[in-house]
Amino acid sequence: MSSAEAPDIRAPRTQRTFGSSGRSNFELYSWLFMRISGLVLIFLVLGHLFIMNVLDGGVQRINFAFVAGRWSSPFWQVWDLLMLWLAQLHGGNGLRVIINDYAERNSSRMWLKAALYASMVLILVTGTLVIFTFDPNIS
Amino acid sequence: MPTAPAGTLYRGREGMWSWVAHRITGALTFFFLFAHVLDTALVRVSPEAYDTVIATYKNPVVNLLEVGLVGAVLYHALNGVRVILIDFWSKGPKYQQAMLWSIVAVWMLLMIPGVYFMLEHTVSAVFGGS
Repeated sequence: MSSAEAPDIRAPRTQRTFGSSGRSNFELYSWLFMRISGLVLIFLVLGHLFIMNVLDGGVQRINFAFVAGRWSSPFWQVWDLLMLWLAQLHGGNGLRVIINDYAERNSSRMWLKAALYASMVLILVTGTLVIFTFDPNIS
Repeated sequence: MPTAPAGTLYRGREGMWSWVAHRITGALTFFFLFAHVLDTALVRVSPEAYDTVIATYKNPVVNLLEVGLVGAVLYHALNGVRVILIDFWSKGPKYQQAMLWSIVAVWMLLMIPGVYFMLEHTVSAVFGGS
């Protein structure tokens, strides 16, 4: 209907959207996610480090039976699953920012990020499978 | 009388160095997490495979590295709170330097007993004792 000559000029201060201009609020959400996940991880990770490294003999008492005892409780399963996902996404996003800052060539950025995302998928899939399929009676 | 050239190092003082330390501790923790999820995955292989790899963590030298890891994560956590306060608290930027020295103090306060309990076994195993 519109003529081919009509210029595509938007009203001032129109919100830019991803599809039409290639911009998005991804970096804003990434910034916000780092702060929210960081707050949750303070409790999950410092609690984990305290139990595993400091409390009651620390790392010396950890073995298969110790893991089996903990993962018999849904509380620690949920704790570890949440910690795995939040830590991996928080750390992966942090490394993404570091790569963007220091890798100057387009191809280096692409390959470094491809390796990063592959490692994140590997760790998230492996870790999640281990928590869900753990068998205390494995021989 | 001309003074010596100032050089090109950005003199961001505490604000810059706390940011550098935040990056380094964060990246190191991410690399450790990669290894740690894979070593824990050995519980799906056999109890023996898991216990063999976990024995590495009980080695005196690796035990010292664990102290480094805990120190790095604790700094990253405390400085993360400082970053959140700088971003969301109206007086955060004004007090960023005071907050840095506060978290350094909290870090020391938590690390001193922490190091004691983390190294207790290693010290008695390496240096004898009862």
